[in-house]
Amino acid sequence: MRFIVYILLKYKFFLIFLLLESIALIFTIQSHSYHKSHFVNSANAITGGIYEQTATIEEFFVLKKENQNLANENARLKNIIARISAEKDTTNFTMVDSIYYQEYKYTVAKVVNNQYTRKNNYLTIDKGSNQGIGEDMAVVNSLGVIGITKDVGSNHATVLSILNSNSKIHAKLKNSSHYGTLLWNGESYTTAQLTDIPRQAKFGIGDTIITGGRSLLFPEGIPIGIVKDFEYDNNKYEKIDISLFNDMSALSYVDVITNLNKKELEQLEERSNDNE
Amino acid sequence: MNNLILINVLRFFVLILLQVLVFNSFEFLRFLNPAIYILFVFLFPIRKDRTIFLVSSFFLGLFIDFFSNSGGINAASILLIAYLRIYVINFLHRNREFDFVLFHPRSLSFGKMVSYVGILTFIHQFVFYLLSNFSFHNFLNLLTKITISTIFTTILLVLSILLFEKKTK
Repeated sequence: MRFIVYILLKYKFFLIFLLLESIALIFTIQSHSYHKSHFVNSANAITGGIYEQTATIEEFFVLKKENQNLANENARLKNIIARISAEKDTTNFTMVDSIYYQEYKYTVAKVVNNQYTRKNNYLTIDKGSNQGIGEDMAVVNSLGVIGITKDVGSNHATVLSILNSNSKIHAKLKNSSHYGTLLWNGESYTTAQLTDIPRQAKFGIGDTIITGGRSLLFPEGIPIGIVKDFEYDNNKYEKIDISLFNDMSALSYVDVITNLNKKELEQLEERSNDNE
Repeated sequence: MNNLILINVLRFFVLILLQVLVFNSFEFLRFLNPAIYILFVFLFPIRKDRTIFLVSSFFLGLFIDFFSNSGGINAASILLIAYLRIYVINFLHRNREFDFVLFHPRSLSFGKMVSYVGILTFIHQFVFYLLSNFSFHNFLNLLTKITISTIFTTILLVLSILLFEKKTK
């Protein structure tokens, strides 16, 4: 007995080493087996928590890239939606037109310069004719309408913001399909004005305004804002203030919409005008 | 004395985080993950009772394993060099008597320090790669990996000792 204790004490460190080493080796062997669940893994609260924390920090540094990805994803999904609705509409036609299979194409662009304090405000985006941007294309983001492209360079374009006295956008009430025109009086960058609403239209404060379907530029149903305030005088609406959904002072990524039917529609309109 | 305990406890946790969050995402030549955490072994004070040293080294390796989903590879390899450390030091001192309580890597000459770090790092890397491969298949390729990785890790460890440890006499 004394001998055993003597041996244990003499080789104490070697025995500790041997014990721990065998535990480590058992874990190692276990980890090489697919079928056994591994005791040593990083899916626990401590390691998972630390990894999550660092991922949050790492995420912060790639936010810019992530944002870009999301915007691209959004454009792709919107393309799909546009194509699906185009497919649904083909019931009205006898022939499926493969060129205008989808009616609208979305292109992601980044706002590199943003004006909102002047009377005639313009935005600058980082896409141009090289990326398929042309004049008079609708510019929106997920929140709503932003403007219409104006001057197009090879890699940049300017956008006539809805905060511009020259901006006229075809708009309608979401609930009653009465049409009007969206203007801006140059006062506040959160508020635009709706005019030409027929007097029989009924609406209240808080009603949503969307783009109308008669525009060649905007797809129908893009949100604009809600009715903030209106005056009803002399049997007609004098002034309807629209509180915009978009914060025009903080724009980052936008979608530029190409209407693939635009040329055809313009030609048709021209021809019927000529016939008159 | 309390100060010494605190420093080693701190070093234990700092090295885990450093290894897991920084050096494990360091993929030079696709396989090179410098093992900075074995710095713990080189800087742990030498005492007659090695129980705490062996157990803490084992857990340091095991924690790294938890993070990298690698079974017990790191635990096994760091424990081996922790056990062999005293023999390497004795070998470097040519088995002459020395005051091991005052031993510190900075008290060695540069050449001896490099061999002290180099020998133990090589053993560590050898066991580490062998266990992670779990076979002798393509052994030559494995040896090249071990050699490159040993050189790289040794340089890193010597530099950290020179940078962060005060010179003692």
